Amino acid sequence: MLGLPSPSQAAYGIVPGRVLFLIIPILSLTLFGYIIARRLVPLLGAAPDFRLDHASARIKRVLKIWLGQWKQPRYFGAGGLHIVIFAGFLVLAVRSLSLILLGISDHFVMPGFSGAIGRLYNHVKDYASTLVFIAVLIAAIRRGIFKPARYAVPAKYGKDHTAEALLVLGLIGTLMLSESLFEASQAASQIQQGQTAEAVLPLTLAWLFKNALISVPLPLLASLHLAAYLVHELTFFAFLCFLPLGKHFHVITSLFNVYFAKLDRGTLKPVRWGVADEQLDQVKSFGVKTFQDFTWKHMVDFYSCADCGRCTDNCPANAVGRPLSPRFITIKARNYSFEHHPLFGKAGNGTPLIGGIYSEDEIWSCTTCGACEEECPLLVEYIDKIVDLRRGMIDDGNVPQSLQKPLKALESRGNPYGKPDKKRADWTKAVDFQQSCKVKVLAGNGNGAAETLYFVDSITSYDDRIQAIGRATARILNRTGENFGILGAAEKDSGHEVRRFGEETLFMALRDANVEAIKASGARHIVTADPHALNALKHDYKDLPPVDHISQVIARDVKSGRIKLNPIENPDSVYTYHDPCYLGRHNQVYDDPRDVLDAIPGLKRVEMSRCRDRSFCCGGGGLMLFYEPKEDERMGVKRVQMAAEAGANVIVTACPFCMVNIEDAIKVAGLEGRMTAIDLAELVDQQMVREQTRTQTEVASARLAQVS
Amino acid sequence: MARVFTYITHKNGVADDSALELAAAARTIDPAASPTAIVTGFAAELDAVCEAIRPSYAEIWKISGENLAYPNAELVRKALVRVLPAGSIVLLPHDHFGIDLGPGLSIKLNAAFVSDAVGIDGVEGKCLNVIRQEFGGQVSAHVRCDVSTGAAITIRPGSFKALENAPVNGTVVDKSSEAGALESGRRYIETIVAESGDVDITKHQVLVSIGRGIQDKDNIGIAEELAEALGAAVSCSRPVVDAKWLPKSRQVGSSGQTVKPKVYLACGISGSFQHLAGIKGNPLIVAINKNPRAPIFQVADIGIVDDILEFLPEMTERVKEVSGGKASAAGTRG
Amino acid sequence: MEILVCVKRVPDTSENEIQLDGNDIDRDDLVYSINEPDNYAVEEALQIVAKAGGSVTVATVGGEDDEEVLRREMAMGAKQGVLISDGAFNGSDGRGIATILKAYVQKNHYDLILTGVQADDGAAQVGGMLAALLDVPFASLVTSLEVLEGNKLKISREVEGGNKEVSEIDLPCVLSIQTGINEPRYVGMKGIRQVAAIEIPSFGASDLGIDAGGAGAAGAKVTRTDYFVPTLGKGAEILQGSREENIDKVVELMKARGGLN
Repeated sequence: MLGLPSPSQAAYGIVPGRVLFLIIPILSLTLFGYIIARRLVPLLGAAPDFRLDHASARIKRVLKIWLGQWKQPRYFGAGGLHIVIFAGFLVLAVRSLSLILLGISDHFVMPGFSGAIGRLYNHVKDYASTLVFIAVLIAAIRRGIFKPARYAVPAKYGKDHTAEALLVLGLIGTLMLSESLFEASQAASQIQQGQTAEAVLPLTLAWLFKNALISVPLPLLASLHLAAYLVHELTFFAFLCFLPLGKHFHVITSLFNVYFAKLDRGTLKPVRWGVADEQLDQVKSFGVKTFQDFTWKHMVDFYSCADCGRCTDNCPANAVGRPLSPRFITIKARNYSFEHHPLFGKAGNGTPLIGGIYSEDEIWSCTTCGACEEECPLLVEYIDKIVDLRRGMIDDGNVPQSLQKPLKALESRGNPYGKPDKKRADWTKAVDFQQSCKVKVLAGNGNGAAETLYFVDSITSYDDRIQAIGRATARILNRTGENFGILGAAEKDSGHEVRRFGEETLFMALRDANVEAIKASGARHIVTADPHALNALKHDYKDLPPVDHISQVIARDVKSGRIKLNPIENPDSVYTYHDPCYLGRHNQVYDDPRDVLDAIPGLKRVEMSRCRDRSFCCGGGGLMLFYEPKEDERMGVKRVQMAAEAGANVIVTACPFCMVNIEDAIKVAGLEGRMTAIDLAELVDQQMVREQTRTQTEVASARLAQVS
Repeated sequence: MARVFTYITHKNGVADDSALELAAAARTIDPAASPTAIVTGFAAELDAVCEAIRPSYAEIWKISGENLAYPNAELVRKALVRVLPAGSIVLLPHDHFGIDLGPGLSIKLNAAFVSDAVGIDGVEGKCLNVIRQEFGGQVSAHVRCDVSTGAAITIRPGSFKALENAPVNGTVVDKSSEAGALESGRRYIETIVAESGDVDITKHQVLVSIGRGIQDKDNIGIAEELAEALGAAVSCSRPVVDAKWLPKSRQVGSSGQTVKPKVYLACGISGSFQHLAGIKGNPLIVAINKNPRAPIFQVADIGIVDDILEFLPEMTERVKEVSGGKASAAGTRG
Repeated sequence: MEILVCVKRVPDTSENEIQLDGNDIDRDDLVYSINEPDNYAVEEALQIVAKAGGSVTVATVGGEDDEEVLRREMAMGAKQGVLISDGAFNGSDGRGIATILKAYVQKNHYDLILTGVQADDGAAQVGGMLAALLDVPFASLVTSLEVLEGNKLKISREVEGGNKEVSEIDLPCVLSIQTGINEPRYVGMKGIRQVAAIEIPSFGASDLGIDAGGAGAAGAKVTRTDYFVPTLGKGAEILQGSREENIDKVVELMKARGGLN
């Protein structure tokens, strides 16, 4: 059917369409290729990163996170808009390609899209184009006028990014408009000429334009048609080349970033991929000191950041005024990369990052809570980078004085408090406790001295207040007939925070000592009440028997009826559960503690608005308790205020560090008398019905019955 | 018994308290003889010091020199070596000057050296029995010192109480010419006075003093509240300043300020002698500390074994009740 | 600039209750490390050579056990560790140690010698004695240090009232360094492992030309005869009541003293 001339047929000035629209793609694709090649250069000199394993798991995740935009709805407004735009882009991919080819091949139609499929596609793409346009409009109003807080750029980080955002929205809007105009002008001309027009469905942009153009004279229509096409192609290729220059690089890299993203939680990257622990002596420099020390995947992370601010919005350190913003960790690194590996000109040499784009306090401020990684829709990783930067600082001897003392104590005495290692099991010797509960110290004679090892770790062993959690845990294990013991003086700090503060060598020494002691104990199951120890034993240590948190054990026992719980006596107590970062986010144990609480008759429980994977860090554990951060207030204080807002007067937690921080915060927040904190083990210990202790045979056979 | 000399330190024409304490220490070494004071300095200030100690010393040797106007241990040592008879026993205060002078002096006198003595346990033949402390004051030690070729001994300030003898009319002997011309490889330039912070703890009658036991910078508020309720000021020991929780101007001690309050509340302070050296005038010292073995309980008048983090807020409440809720007039907010 | 820092390995007694064992303290459970002021001295030395060039040597008088602190300071950046060891040195008093160090110093050339202000025995003596034996100027309690043109230093000493006494001192000299002069860098296990294999030379009495009377028990004029925990003399009156009662008593006493209106 004749309509308007195809762009390939027309002349643009003196240049024939098919020549012009061959040159434009060739030039821009060349430029684009060049830009991409320049962007790849730093990756070539980067540290290795092994990301090719478990292809099927990676593909599944791409389908869920990338294609399925799984994380977007966590911010419903922006997420919804993004899903529309993203879906629209995917749908319009075919149309975009067709349009390009239309410029060189007269009246080009995509193979397979000539018949009914083609018509159906046209309708779908028209709605897609319209929805994208509407979404872009709303987004522009949001960004330009309402300016949501998380996009703000604090002065120290430079200029505002709104201009870039609006530019891109403008480009996308222009694409939609020009595409629809191109279509509409064709449709209008066909109607004027009395030809059978392709139906343009109502309420689409194309439909609106068509109706507006219905009486426009044909020559003008033709000009509009060809102009729209030119605008579309120029915009398209300009946008393409613009992508790698800013935050919209994520349009290209997101697929790869999600594919190559870390599969496991709670783990840390090795000092250098491909170098085993035994060979680490050969590595001269540990950690990230200059940009090139980052791995190639970390560099792709920097490229992939969409500057959405969700990470910082959820970062507890940022919320209390510490000098850390995860978003700007990434953006600063990205800008550094752009500046030092420019598109034209020589690459700059590696200047130190600490003291350059990053400050020491910025990097020490992180509690490794993982909220940022949980939130990021592109799966940008943060913890590994922070730890790598810390490794670099430790390597250079650049450690805050407040951390040097506990690190030294860990080296010489196996605990950060400097207390004698011989006294590590003294918590079991409290007079009242010892009478009701004898705790075995597994002396390392192998041969099942106990089935289960209770790994206590340092704070529970030495802190006067927290020892109560150890005793409660021991009593629970005792009463359920568990055959358990502790390592006693042979136990050293799990080293969890030692590793996350970058002291890899000290961590390995602690780990090796513990692994030896654990193996010598002959235990076949490990239980701990300390989520940091849990995470270390599960993810930082290798080849250990299975590890559980006490809440998981209690939940199982409650379900099986082995533990029975007395009702709560105080009718005014309202409980809320605070998810510890290393039990919840990093190890995905959210329900077991809640099930336990809900099994206590008469227990009134409320949820804080930030709960489960959005739990707000209490302030951090291990070495973080010794660090003196610059902050406006404490994370713990914010957390207890959240509990109060939720209507609770008892905070239940399942981590000794959370307990320390929260009890402290209750005082500082002035809520003493109105809010208390209790550990899950302490609560269960308190409410547990005291039956006769089962014999070990009864326990063993009950367990067999469960398994079979 | 060799002749015993005491070196007198002074500032602005006023003799240090150690002048009389050293005399008392000297008496324990040789009860029979009267010690001789040695003072270095210049002009009117030197004379004023000599005059001030005449009631307590039978003989005073003065060494005057322009370059001795400010006490430079390197110069003073040379002067003493020329002037002191062989085999003398010289007592010095164990302060920043004594630490500077004592060891080198003992070498040049070819004499023995004992540092930071807290007690003297008599003479045994050619040996003097001295008592010292080690390991931050946690244990004491008996030390035998061969004084046959003399000795230089630094005495911990406050460990000997000034004697209350009838005043003598001491003679001042000018030994300046024997000292002769003095020069050294170390030259005094100036003294930079510490910035007085917002609070001058030396002017307060009551001090709420905190040590390591305060545990965290954020807990200092409870001390400040008590200080406010008492109309007192918050002072501290060295670890608090080292951790940068309070400025140096709040530090009580040998390297900090010397205070003379009526009441001194030592909260979570272990009681190292360097800290105690800054407390003069025999105030009521109340010590609150979790550790029943803290050395502070040796010197305090009243001791309470308790957790300051709990004790202080409760005390603040009580003080507010008792004083009717109004803070005392004296003193700025701590 | 060639700098020598004399260091000592001491037990960490801050957390522990010290127990006596015969004439000594019970050392079974003690953890040893470098004397803290010495560590500050090494850091200061490292900062000086970083600007002025040269190297830092750390030396200690002791035995094999003391090598570990030398290695730690070498991991921190000291170029060389030196052990001065001989059975004949046992029982040396402060003067004896200083004599031994003097013999070592005279066999080498150092522009500056640093020690920490004091060690576990609180004597604060070796630095001053060493300077006098070497006939070089000395200053104690140094809290800041600046290298000047013309072979001298500008130093500040910590005196009473928090004041700083500023002086100029000619090189070569000996200084004793007070804690807080700088912020010592961290030494990690990795650094220590990397220096584990480096040879530490050891010098004995004959290497240094020290005769029997000069050091060791024979030459000592000062001997510690025992340790003891003094019977608590008068000490404080420890209040035994409840917290409320104790507070009331304190308030009463404060009123009596005129400390409370």
